[in-house]
Amino acid sequence: MTTLRSWLVFALAGWSGFYVMAIELLSGRILAPSFGNSIYVWGGVITIFMLALSIGYLIGGQLSIYAPSLRKLGLILICAALATLPVIVWSEPLLDAIFTRVSDPRYGSLLASSALFFIPTVISGSVSPYAIRLLVTQLQASGKSAGKLYFVSTFGSAAGTISTSFYLVLWFEVNQIILGLALISLLLGVTAMSMRNIDKEQWA
Amino acid sequence: MNTSLRAMLTACLLALSTPALTAVIHTEKSLYRNIVVYTDNDLRCMRFGRYDGNRQTCMSMADPQRMIFNYTRMMMGALYLNPAPQRVLIIGLGGGTLPSTLEKLFPSIQLDVVEIDPAVVRVARKYFAFDTASKIRVSEEDGRVFVKRALRQATRYDLIMLDAFDHEYIPEHMLTREFLQEIRNLLTERGVLAANTFSSSRLYNYESITYQTVFGDFFNLRDANRIILLRQGGLPDKAELQRNAATLADKFKPLEVDSDFLLPRMTVNKDWPSNTRVLTDQYSPANLLNSR
Repeated sequence: MTTLRSWLVFALAGWSGFYVMAIELLSGRILAPSFGNSIYVWGGVITIFMLALSIGYLIGGQLSIYAPSLRKLGLILICAALATLPVIVWSEPLLDAIFTRVSDPRYGSLLASSALFFIPTVISGSVSPYAIRLLVTQLQASGKSAGKLYFVSTFGSAAGTISTSFYLVLWFEVNQIILGLALISLLLGVTAMSMRNIDKEQWA
Repeated sequence: MNTSLRAMLTACLLALSTPALTAVIHTEKSLYRNIVVYTDNDLRCMRFGRYDGNRQTCMSMADPQRMIFNYTRMMMGALYLNPAPQRVLIIGLGGGTLPSTLEKLFPSIQLDVVEIDPAVVRVARKYFAFDTASKIRVSEEDGRVFVKRALRQATRYDLIMLDAFDHEYIPEHMLTREFLQEIRNLLTERGVLAANTFSSSRLYNYESITYQTVFGDFFNLRDANRIILLRQGGLPDKAELQRNAATLADKFKPLEVDSDFLLPRMTVNKDWPSNTRVLTDQYSPANLLNSR
């Protein structure tokens, strides 16, 4: 695998880690006007994100069996970005509707974060195992590749957490941040997809 | 040298002969914070966290009615805007100074209190004589959730007191334009709002412009804290304030709240830049702004 291509795989995985944590932090803000900021709301949010990621890992691993390619990894990122966009438009009416039925912050926040963030987070979760498949060339080095990838994606998560909570919320509105994050995902996804021509030779 | 030695010895002896009478009588780790109850001579106080500067509330054991802090005195100034509230909502309990005082002053008042931390409610009941034999309704939940629900149930209050912030952490969703609009919709036609807010840090400007955007002019009472007092449908003039102050003078006396302290502070003093950004549900970095 060429260096440029593996760099791109790492970039996609690292960005995906950044993306998930940035969205998770913002989700607390999005839910706060309806369900408050109590420990229950964070409990609900984190539960749904972890659940979604765990399912995403399974799906990503499964997907990596069938003709894996950098191009498809790019497509996963694009899908995750598109699946996040409804949050910008529909979070308010959706939260209102949920609050009317379930105003208990525990179950209300579970339901609300499921409705808004479950699908994009499942898709984001599938990035890591899929990326590992693209990196592994031989069995002996598989642990090393996986280790590197975990490093990059979790490091990205750390970066996403600190930059969102310390800086981005000070400079931008929540929806502006989400839109910006989604645009970067789209850009990275498209870049990965444009690599398809040499792709076939690599993993055919 | 001899004299300075003597001076030092005298100082030591003095320090020893007047022992500090502070003692921690209760500590509790809650879901949100560490709660410490301690006595300081005649005062019994509650603080959050380790540091003394973070006192939430104090009560005089000999004279529990007496108010200790200027900020609670300024909050009581809300009654100069409406001297006979019937239905009151208090968001943020602390030691319960405000609800306990209001109940004592107006026995037939209807009081709703919201406090996010069940441990604070417990401590207020046990150590600060809060709600011992009263009909105050206490809801243990996030203030914004309570407000949202109350709106749907079409409940209205003629006095709302917002006292949910301490200097360590601010619930950012309760400082926004949208939240204040919800509060406004929860007030009766001539309803009064009293809010305990921040007087220093950049947050002061942001908070001021947000309140102004939603409510228009307000009385801007400043001391160590800044208290915002306002009334739907316009602020009272000086004559009305003085009339209400006179009506309440006897009631306020045992609290040690007096009009010489309050009335001069009741001015509309817009001392923030008018181009400050309004805090919204989309943009509310209150904690970051407060740290600067």
